Amino acid sequence: MRKYSPILLLFILILFPIAVRDHYHQHLMILVLMWVVIGSGWNVIAGYTGQVSFGDAAFFGTGAYTAGLFVTKLGISAWWGMLFGGIAAMAIAFPFGWICFRLRGAYFALATLALNEVMRHIATIWESLTDGMVGILVMQTFVSKVPYYYIALGLAVISVIGVQIIMGSKWGYYFVSIREDQDAAESLGINTHYYKMLSLNVAAFLTGMAGALFMNYMGFIDPEVVFSLHDISIMAILVGIVGGVGTLYGPVVGAFVMVAVHEFFRTGFFGFFKGIAALTGSDMITVFAKYVMQAHVLGFGILVVLVILLLPNGIVGDWNLIVKKIFPVKTREVTS
Amino acid sequence: MEVFLQTLVSGILKGGLYGLIGMGMSLIMGVMGIINLAHGALMMVGMYITFACFTYAGIDPYLTIFISMPSLFLLGMLIQKYTLNPLMEVESILPENQVLMTVGIAMVLTEVARFVFSSDYKSVRTSYSGDTFFIGDISFSVALVAAFFIALAFTLCMFWFLLKTDLGRSIRATAQDKDAALLMGVNSKRITILTFGLGSALVAAAGTILMPVYYLFPDIGGPFTRKAFVITILGGLGSTVGAIFGGLTLGLAEAFGATYIGMAYDDMIGLLIFILVLLFIPGGFKRLLKV
Repeated sequence: MRKYSPILLLFILILFPIAVRDHYHQHLMILVLMWVVIGSGWNVIAGYTGQVSFGDAAFFGTGAYTAGLFVTKLGISAWWGMLFGGIAAMAIAFPFGWICFRLRGAYFALATLALNEVMRHIATIWESLTDGMVGILVMQTFVSKVPYYYIALGLAVISVIGVQIIMGSKWGYYFVSIREDQDAAESLGINTHYYKMLSLNVAAFLTGMAGALFMNYMGFIDPEVVFSLHDISIMAILVGIVGGVGTLYGPVVGAFVMVAVHEFFRTGFFGFFKGIAALTGSDMITVFAKYVMQAHVLGFGILVVLVILLLPNGIVGDWNLIVKKIFPVKTREVTS
Repeated sequence: MEVFLQTLVSGILKGGLYGLIGMGMSLIMGVMGIINLAHGALMMVGMYITFACFTYAGIDPYLTIFISMPSLFLLGMLIQKYTLNPLMEVESILPENQVLMTVGIAMVLTEVARFVFSSDYKSVRTSYSGDTFFIGDISFSVALVAAFFIALAFTLCMFWFLLKTDLGRSIRATAQDKDAALLMGVNSKRITILTFGLGSALVAAAGTILMPVYYLFPDIGGPFTRKAFVITILGGLGSTVGAIFGGLTLGLAEAFGATYIGMAYDDMIGLLIFILVLLFIPGGFKRLLKV
């Protein structure tokens, strides 16, 4: 069963836009697939290599801006950004990693946070290139959401398989050894600086591609959206943590759960309260529903706190624990 | 020359406040070894307490220190006891779980504030908010000068507390070496709870004395958290003396940057300093001063 479930999942995902014609749900699934790519990237650098990054938005925004600038400055299709966005993100990651990988643990996390902020300020201030707060508007290529869906699906599949291949190779073992004990890895002759750079660049490439996809799909970006600390960097961490740090399918599960929860709160339990209010005609429930929808970020925050407290290794990482909690193993009572 | 002096003065006044903000963060960082990304959010809560007391009860903003500090002290202790300490016992792959937890707490605090007070900009306008006095050609804002001296008083109190009292010594011992402190009979769990409370109370004081000259909205925590960690890194992790120097440096750098480079670069300068310090003096001022 375990062996075939990824193929089954892929099959369901391929059939999804044929079965569900509704634009809203297709839009949500495209977002989920985009977050799978970003989450996989974060998982490589933070989950496997142990260098927690708080600045994924720097790479995401670089990718998105590369795609956008291709249209506004060079006049070529934004789809080229899918490749070059990733490369541009690597071009940011390379000097950053070169300098900042001499820092460890919390210091490195802070440096990535600073990188995020610096990139956002640059995009805001350098108006001659990026148009600053005005943002970049690009015409979407397709009217239907289905082509975007399959492109996002392709990207997600590539990133998951890519991560699997990397983690199964020699690189992967080096990454994990750095996470477990950097000094021990160094003393065994692993060039930790080099492998941390590799890991960061893989993460940056994937995140940059996701950024370019976002530009193509949404058609509009500005610095506050794509370099957002809360909506991109922290969300990437949450996708990784909720799904499971250092597990292959963690980001897949995490992306699905996080987007679902986000929408769940934002729409007031998918219009559940509104339905009840209309059914009973009670004003109180209408008011209550309004408050629930206003508090969607609050619900999000509480979820973060609960997940970290109860499932520190994420849904995939703690799967056995969850199964044990829900279906306690029945032991036969021995009567003498 | 006048512009230069005026910039210097405003930088120093701002720096004193930053020092107070950074000191709380530095204490927490030193004792628990984590970056508290909820620091700005705690400050925001303190500011809202001041705002509520002033608007609904008519209490002078400076007097509300006696309300905001104890309440934030309690809030900080509760946060540490029920959300951060349980994480120490859990086995997880990443040690940064506690940092992520503070992000979650910051989100919850910000959203609760937005829920209660809405996203509108709020401010506390007292009769003396706009008052200034002159020495030579340099103007001093009364409220900022008062804030500077209150911050200075708190800083001195903190020093006395850390250097002369038993509790202060236990805090410093825990910061230096947790295991050794535990062996010497220091209840390190109690110390972490107290420290988080103290750090929150200090940042609440900073928020309160900033209120008469500043504005307030639920998301104000973010920029101040950023400033606080720049200060902490500048000063050297866990060093209270360093935090004051870090605060002054950041205040001056921001003031000079805003005057001579441009207002838009205000935030950028702090971050650039941050990266430069990380690269060239990773220990911060603590390393240079040996304190």
